[in-house]
Amino acid sequence: MHPALQGLLTIVIGVGACLSYFWASNQFLDRVLFPAKGPNAGRNINRANMIRPWLFLFPALFALTLYLAYPVFETLRLSLTDRDQGGAFIGLANYTQMMGESKFWEAMGNNMLWLIVVPALSTAFGLLAAQLTDRISWGNIAKSLIFMPMAISFVGAAVIWKLVYDARPPDAEQIGVLNAIYVSLTGNDPQQWLTIPFWNNFFLMIVLVWIQTGFAMVILSAALRGIPEETVEAAIVDGANPFQIFFKIKVPQIMPTIMVVWTTITLVVLKIFDIVFAMTNGQWGTQVLANYMFDKLFRANDWGVGSASAIVIMLLVTPILVWNVRQARKEMR
Amino acid sequence: MDNIAGHKSSLTWAVHISVVLLVALWLFPTVGLFVSSFRTADQIASSGWWNALFPTEQSLTLRTDTPEAQVQQDGVYVLEGNLFAVEGRETAPISSFGVSSRDISAFAPGDTAEMRRGGTITVQENGDYRVESEEEIRGGRGIRIFVTAEIPPEFTLRNYDTVLGQDVLKNLGIYLVAAVVLWGAMRYTLAAQPALVAQGAPVVGGLIFFVLLAATFGLSSGAAEGAQTTDDMGRAFFSTLTVTVPATIIPIVVAAFAAYALAWMDFPGRALLIAFVVGLLVVPLQLALIPLLKLHLAIGIGKGYLGVWLAHTGFGLPLAVYLLRNYMAGLPRDIIENARVDGATEFQIFTKIILPLSFPALASFAIFQFLWTWNDLLVAKVFLIDATGQTTVMTNQIVELLGTRGGNWEILATAAFVSIAVPLVVFFAMQRYLVRGLLAGSVK
Repeated sequence: MHPALQGLLTIVIGVGACLSYFWASNQFLDRVLFPAKGPNAGRNINRANMIRPWLFLFPALFALTLYLAYPVFETLRLSLTDRDQGGAFIGLANYTQMMGESKFWEAMGNNMLWLIVVPALSTAFGLLAAQLTDRISWGNIAKSLIFMPMAISFVGAAVIWKLVYDARPPDAEQIGVLNAIYVSLTGNDPQQWLTIPFWNNFFLMIVLVWIQTGFAMVILSAALRGIPEETVEAAIVDGANPFQIFFKIKVPQIMPTIMVVWTTITLVVLKIFDIVFAMTNGQWGTQVLANYMFDKLFRANDWGVGSASAIVIMLLVTPILVWNVRQARKEMR
Repeated sequence: MDNIAGHKSSLTWAVHISVVLLVALWLFPTVGLFVSSFRTADQIASSGWWNALFPTEQSLTLRTDTPEAQVQQDGVYVLEGNLFAVEGRETAPISSFGVSSRDISAFAPGDTAEMRRGGTITVQENGDYRVESEEEIRGGRGIRIFVTAEIPPEFTLRNYDTVLGQDVLKNLGIYLVAAVVLWGAMRYTLAAQPALVAQGAPVVGGLIFFVLLAATFGLSSGAAEGAQTTDDMGRAFFSTLTVTVPATIIPIVVAAFAAYALAWMDFPGRALLIAFVVGLLVVPLQLALIPLLKLHLAIGIGKGYLGVWLAHTGFGLPLAVYLLRNYMAGLPRDIIENARVDGATEFQIFTKIILPLSFPALASFAIFQFLWTWNDLLVAKVFLIDATGQTTVMTNQIVELLGTRGGNWEILATAAFVSIAVPLVVFFAMQRYLVRGLLAGSVK
């Protein structure tokens, strides 16, 4: 069968099965199990209403548990076992092996660099763009153009930026923008930007900053609009200059939103894989954790160390997880 | 800022200029890719895309007509014609030419050059050539001539044909028109229906129709027959679509019911479940790869579409439940309680009241999930792509192109642009819902 038809069929079957499950289980509950008539009508209605939420929740809970909650524990278990010995428990041997690899420490170091640079630059550019576009007539168009990279895949972005970083032999015409500018300004030979140790990390980070700035801008612009007019007016009356208004009046008021943007981008950065995979594949000292893990899993076929590095990513995410859950619980009250 | 008298004009100008600069900076890389996808390989290699509108000095390898065309004049064999006309190119002023690849600009136009195999050739500035030889000119193909010429800017759709299969743009255009016609017809016939149906059904119908048409006749068959389509982006386009659509729709249905229960039903442990969902929001999917792959292999799903649909459903659910619950919890309590008093069952309340009212939130999530599944590489690589190479997605195809054809920018740029085009259309058409979803998801 043609895969597209198979896809359509799956939609029909999948959606149909979901809907008929919900409908049939509700019918069963109301008609057969606890019918709302006869001598026990009142009690039956109450009982049915106690069970019904779980009918509604069951498919989602099942999928969430199977696809996200269970893997966390299973990965933890795998990271403590050895595949070659038939899954025998080997304690922390995978972790010690991983700690002994220089590639792992390179990945850790680079990830920390990413964690500092990308959220900071994205938020800063986003704040700048939000503040500037909010006060001009064509601001909305400008916003949607800056926001546009959000729709572009990391892989697509990798191709776009590889063209920017492209290098030709010294005597040929440069077709990468960066080298064209570099050669015409300095007269030096063109550079292979992605192979320059240490600095190539920044050339990769620029790609993610380019994508995430739009996100930061949209959220921060909404927050800036939510600032009460009076506070700004009061500052103007007191003779504050525009920069003072921005940094001393506006930014403190949207600090919680800045934190949310920062943590959201941090999450993206911790999981960053596609950009590095497509542009350098971790060569020339650009390895990051997610790509290191992919390498271990599918190239070296070492599930133990792969799981161990996944657990490291999980540990790095945990503070944000705890913070998010606490925030959500605070709202619920 | 703009309220301060005396500061306004200069600052406004500064703001305008900085925004222009910012937008230009953000747009520049993408435009480069877009422009490059319409240029020929020669042009991309000989000048930066920002020069695409200007003529470029290029070195070309052209051929004379085949020796069959030679005639005998006064005892010498003569082959005459125009170098550009042979390949059907536009004429361009030639600045130099050569007969050997070692010295491609040895002669000025109008000069007569000795050929290695005997005989002479004269090339004029406009590409007219005249080969003279004492002996008969032999060989199956024309004589190679190296030419440096000022080529005028040229834009072509040939890259798209190469990447996607023959005539794909024309086909897509036809399907698009058919889909729009269907959309119009459905709108017209559904005009009396409730607003939501009248809005939603034609869009969905048109989209499905478009996909069906394209699937049945278009890209896939073109890619299979087209001799040049070694890169199979057409097939990958379809795989991506096949992965994306079910992976977007199924989680919405599952999540909507759960979100309703979490928002409007009272049961013990509700707060705990919400916290559970919020916690899962940030779990990196890297953790899920090995256990789930093992699971899929163990229960016989293996690698394939079903596996990738299930995986995307699972990974999309936390956000779906979270977004939809937040939105549904904000719906007015009166409506729901009135319906309950009137004797509606929970199932009826959900399908007849909650679901239509939640349309904006459903749309927001649908866009997120669509962009995420369309652009995904990791999940497809782990759960879909097996060793046979039968199934692939565009992101994976592009990564492979980067490896094998890293220098062929016309192929790369076109392939990348094909994969970017669909999300961009969705993005610009439905930006409103995307922004709303982002705000609901993160500003609380």
